[in-house]
Amino acid sequence: MSKKKVVHYINQFFAGIGGEEKADHKPEVREGVVGPGIGLNAALGDNAEIIATVICGDTYFNEHLEEAEAAVLEMVEKYNPDLFIAGPAFNAGRYGVAAGAVTKAVSEKLGIPAVTAMYVENPGADMYKSDVYIVKTGNSAATMGQAIPALTSLALKLLKGEEIGTPDEDNYMERGIRVNYFAEERGSKRAVDMLIKKLKGEEFVTEYPMPAFDRVFPNPAVKDITKAKIGLVTSGGIVPKGNPDKIESSSASKYGRYDISGFDVLTSETHETAHGGYDPVYANADPNRVLPVDVLRDLEKEGKIGSLHNIYYATVGNGTAVASAKKYAEAFAKELVADGVDAVITTST
Amino acid sequence: MCTIVPISLTVGANRIVPTIAIPHPLGNPALDPVEEKALRRRLVEKALEALSTEVDGQEVFEAF
Repeated sequence: MSKKKVVHYINQFFAGIGGEEKADHKPEVREGVVGPGIGLNAALGDNAEIIATVICGDTYFNEHLEEAEAAVLEMVEKYNPDLFIAGPAFNAGRYGVAAGAVTKAVSEKLGIPAVTAMYVENPGADMYKSDVYIVKTGNSAATMGQAIPALTSLALKLLKGEEIGTPDEDNYMERGIRVNYFAEERGSKRAVDMLIKKLKGEEFVTEYPMPAFDRVFPNPAVKDITKAKIGLVTSGGIVPKGNPDKIESSSASKYGRYDISGFDVLTSETHETAHGGYDPVYANADPNRVLPVDVLRDLEKEGKIGSLHNIYYATVGNGTAVASAKKYAEAFAKELVADGVDAVITTST
Repeated sequence: MCTIVPISLTVGANRIVPTIAIPHPLGNPALDPVEEKALRRRLVEKALEALSTEVDGQEVFEAF
């Protein structure tokens, strides 16, 4: 079997061109191996060979994302490689973002198997780990010795078209992909076994890790609430009667945007809940129990708040993915800001 | 405004007002309508107070 062809991507620092002062280096391609490619090439052994190395300055890439990506793609495509490797980028942030971006582009736009490697806290990791294989490395180039075998092991599997194992088995970052498999023990037995291990203080591995939630800095306090425009948002599923947008009773795929101009109170005639995760009797009888329009209208009339925003946003929080909820909020938060809303009350059930 | 405060703390809400119950966070069907609306008003006023208060991180504002 002839050696498979690999193109490698590195930044200006690992190419020996220079540090920060050379970070605006434009994309270039060199025949053969450069820098860490020497070690990678040795680890690939008889299976594959790095035939070319693409080099780009980290600042240049991040400041010219589209042009830089297009230039890199063109260079890679010319060599028609069997595999593309970027990095390892360790904890270098702009390098990690560039490595993730080119790995994704090569894999998606050129259809060439691609892999990169970096430290788990590199910002490029969060940005691209669901799109591409990112092998976990230490946080500095001092760990190159461990990074190269891990990277080449996964790279060779991709090259040979072998089945990729779990993130733990093949040392890459979780991509959020679920794979069905037949377990030897039934779920109840596995759960009890896990509980016993936990009680004994032994190590165990969860089968369903909880998502890692991010944190946001609190916004400053509203200076004068009597002048503020207050918005309402709910995950409690309050929708106009008949659920016009057909928001699902669980795992909602959308949110609704509803006008309450002229409503002093929500009633069982006008509104209801679409939520399938709690007993809907109380919310259907009096939707203000979830979305307090009646009280906020009173406070508006009394001048205790500036005004109640006439649009409210609702989804069903029942089993809805955190990623979906985040996406909905990112979309309607822009509208709330554009509409001059000063503060929002979110209610959940 | 939520009933299960540990969830709001886990997901990272910064100003949290604990409410009455999952199916009726801002109400209590056991009360008569006037009392129930007064209860809701007290909770909403606590939320407005929370919005008017500077916080460094996560803070729970108890209405009762």
